[in-house]
Amino acid sequence: MTWIYPVVLAGCLLATLPLELGLKARVYARPVRLLATLAPVLAVFVTWDALAIHAGHWRYRHLLGVRVRNVPIEELAFFVVVPICAVLTLEAVRRRRPGWRIGDERP
Amino acid sequence: MTYTVAAVLGVVFAAGLDLLVLRTKLLRRKAFWTAYAIVVVFQLVVNGVFTGQRLVVYARADILGPRLFYGPIEDLAFGFSLVLQTLAWWVWWGRRASQARPSPTAASAARRPAPTETR
Repeated sequence: MTWIYPVVLAGCLLATLPLELGLKARVYARPVRLLATLAPVLAVFVTWDALAIHAGHWRYRHLLGVRVRNVPIEELAFFVVVPICAVLTLEAVRRRRPGWRIGDERP
Repeated sequence: MTYTVAAVLGVVFAAGLDLLVLRTKLLRRKAFWTAYAIVVVFQLVVNGVFTGQRLVVYARADILGPRLFYGPIEDLAFGFSLVLQTLAWWVWWGRRASQARPSPTAASAARRPAPTETR
């Protein structure tokens, strides 16, 4: 059962890959901006996860067992994969609806 | 603090980041809500697998009780906060870069009154 979590995350990356390659979302093509986006999000959510595990809000079963402090590495991967998929989706929406402003357009 | 309270705070934190701190105002944009509407469907499926397979188990005392695709409804708020914070930072970094080097057409528009806000 330990394979479920990584397989699902890999599936998310695979499923959204056509947005980059086909729709030209240009998210992976802007790695610095992507990393700068992931860093603060990762900081907030790894902290939340660690506190929630400590407080007993939730616990994990059937994972690989590798943890950073008390946070499973699957969760670290989750907080990277889901944001990437979200950004790809937003950029795909922009591609399909060029008239909708997002807020980062050049003046 | 229960997960319910933390989830509400997570949404408030994300909204504050978007509207007040980074001032990206994604909550007022059609593009954001369209993207979120797509993402939330996949979030529910993925979360449904994790919680349905009981890879994640929640303390009953820390959640309200209602569930959506096996996951506690609090997970919806958690996921919303994750998506909103991510997209606010993405747009903020992009806006910073585009202000640093405006497009060539911006030079010719310099005589026109400057827009009060980039929307």
